[in-house]
Amino acid sequence: MLSRVGDLIYWMSRFMERAENMARILGVTSNVVLCSTPETQQQNLLAPLTITASTRGFFERHEVVSLQTLIDYMALDETNPSSIYTCIRLARDNAHAVRWQITSEMWETLNATWIELASFKRENLEGPDATRFFDWVKERSHLFRGVTYGTIMRGEAFNFSRLGTFIERADDTARILDVKYHILLPRVEDVGGALDYYQWAALLRSVSSFETYRIIYRDQIRPINVAELLILDRRMPRSLAACLEQIMQALDRVRGQNDQPAKRLAAELQARLVHGDIEEIFGGGLHEYLTDFLEDINELGLRIQRAYLGAL
Amino acid sequence: MYDEMYGKPGEIRGHYAALERWLSTMPPDVVEEKRREADLLFHRVGITFAVYGDEAGSERLIPFDAIPRIIPVDEWDVLERGVKQRVTALNRFLHDIYHGQDILRAGVIPAEHVLTHEAYQVAMVGVNVPNDVYCHIAGIDIVRNDDGEYYVLEDNLRTPSGVSYMLENRRMMMRLFPELFEQYNVRPVEHYPQLLLEALRNNAPQGVREPTVVVLTPGQYNSAYFEHAFLAQQMGVELVEAADLFVRDAQIYMHTTSGHQRVDVIYRRLDDPFLDPLAFRPDSVLGVPGLLAAYRAGNVGIANAIGTGVADDKSTYPYVPEMIRFYLGEEPILRNVPTWQLRKPEDLAYALERLPELVVKEVQGSGGYGMLIGPTASREQIEEFRQRIQSHPANYIAQPTLSLSTCPTFVQNGVAPRHVDLRPFVLCGRECKLVPGGLTRVALNEGSLVVNSSQGGGTKDTWVTA
Repeated sequence: MLSRVGDLIYWMSRFMERAENMARILGVTSNVVLCSTPETQQQNLLAPLTITASTRGFFERHEVVSLQTLIDYMALDETNPSSIYTCIRLARDNAHAVRWQITSEMWETLNATWIELASFKRENLEGPDATRFFDWVKERSHLFRGVTYGTIMRGEAFNFSRLGTFIERADDTARILDVKYHILLPRVEDVGGALDYYQWAALLRSVSSFETYRIIYRDQIRPINVAELLILDRRMPRSLAACLEQIMQALDRVRGQNDQPAKRLAAELQARLVHGDIEEIFGGGLHEYLTDFLEDINELGLRIQRAYLGAL
Repeated sequence: MYDEMYGKPGEIRGHYAALERWLSTMPPDVVEEKRREADLLFHRVGITFAVYGDEAGSERLIPFDAIPRIIPVDEWDVLERGVKQRVTALNRFLHDIYHGQDILRAGVIPAEHVLTHEAYQVAMVGVNVPNDVYCHIAGIDIVRNDDGEYYVLEDNLRTPSGVSYMLENRRMMMRLFPELFEQYNVRPVEHYPQLLLEALRNNAPQGVREPTVVVLTPGQYNSAYFEHAFLAQQMGVELVEAADLFVRDAQIYMHTTSGHQRVDVIYRRLDDPFLDPLAFRPDSVLGVPGLLAAYRAGNVGIANAIGTGVADDKSTYPYVPEMIRFYLGEEPILRNVPTWQLRKPEDLAYALERLPELVVKEVQGSGGYGMLIGPTASREQIEEFRQRIQSHPANYIAQPTLSLSTCPTFVQNGVAPRHVDLRPFVLCGRECKLVPGGLTRVALNEGSLVVNSSQGGGTKDTWVTA
């Protein structure tokens, strides 16, 4: 497969996964903000901007951050390079350019998503409409992943689509988990209190893990368990460990010149997750751990691009 | 006026009888519904062409007409022999002007016309190409005049388009009207991609047994991108852009996810000036630096060869019958349209006097742009063209206004005759081949003679029937 085509397919899948995760981040923020106090609300609204590195872009467009301006910028703003709108547009553009190498069902799903996107109006996107929009984005992303998995030949296009999906998901899960670090509790004594509980529960719900948490831990929501579930538990499909497992499987199936650096780093990351210990991670600081992980996954993405998808 | 379906008024030509019966039993609403279905299917599959000048990236459907154009096999046999003869002579001509130049020395064609032509590529002088074939894919435009005879209107030897519509139109007709195919013995065209791949593989450098073939496209914003991608997919080869290719040691490679892979044959859908910035236009970002050197070294086959444009120019066209006599010692099977070359003073004087009756074309024009159709032009248009011709007479040719034959076509108020032409595609590998059929283009506006899709033309399925 041509490197350029592999690159377009890789990013097509990344952008669709990113759109889904952006919807998840905005969903958790909306919930958390609803039960914030006036003193903490501002910080909580800034969290999604911080973790997606969008703060500067945001303040070029808006003077104050409110739930409404935040959603406006992150959901449907055409000028925001990481808005859901932009992610879907780029996914669809890439699919258009490689429609000959993907199945017609994949192309038609993304094209229909793009066409339907136009029916969501920026000016009305508040409250229940915003929630409906986030649900719709998640659904379209599920549909696209399902169509891909269900129709495409198990060849290079499949492998690079999987790599794009899981590199992006690993990155997004780490960022979502890091949201909690940026969300402030009003008073120190609230740590472990009801508010803290709601925030961790909202986070779990945002990655579709609330029920799973109950099944696995049969316990109250404790931060260390949430982190263990989303970092180390391979049964949890959005966890870092599960993503690395998928990345390793896809890398095993592809061959390239000079792909050792990518394969080596992926194996290292996976080994660290397989043998990782959550007490140790917490001991060193969760935020610090996630920051390191984000750097590593970014480096892995670069090495994959360099090995298979053309020079960067 | 010659009508493909009716002879004298009310008299159906034999090969159209079954279609006419079927048409007369079709309720109009069924026809309308089938038409909508066809539109929907074309949209869904995205069989579109990009439009220049409109909003960036806009795409349009080429209107598809469901009444096929039917050609009886005896007429087809003549057409087939005629276009093969023509392309064979043109290939001989191209070889000659880049080697011995016999035809120029014999004075059949003025040497200065060929050698100073902007599409004549000095870099190709003395270069040997596989099987001495320069033009592997030719689209020959043919019209039928009111005398009932076929005439060649134009030879397209650079990057002729439209074959994807020929194939998609057939697929659509079989899907919408299977019952019609039961009544007619329609010759198949679906093996075209197979023949194309064979012709391309035959163009591989010597000694390459399993050549890697690619289609080179300018990219997804090119008007014919759909066709480029369609052909690559149908042949099962890579669709590459220039940035996917590079040259090392006069050898072409492409970047793949598993490393560098050698490329042996390039079916380019990119004009000469854009192919190689080192050799042609230095400002072109669409090309591959070093491509020409690799080609001259005999390490890659290019279809069509570099420098074929000099043979399909409208100012070279008048000489093709002479080429056939000169190289093949045969009489041309298909006629040319009488053509005045306005660089000749006597032809210029004649044409300027009769502009309202003539069709005037720019020798480099294509897509139906840059032409004057005298009988339907306004006085202002004629005067404006007169000035353009007078300032650059060599840029123009003139021809009598042909009365192109008509074919029944679905229009707003039912079925009405509309002018058509025909573009069969000739493939040359070791020998010349074509599938029985071609692209029939139809001028959808009443009375219009312009069939180009960029000017509101549509297409029809073309049936060769035994």
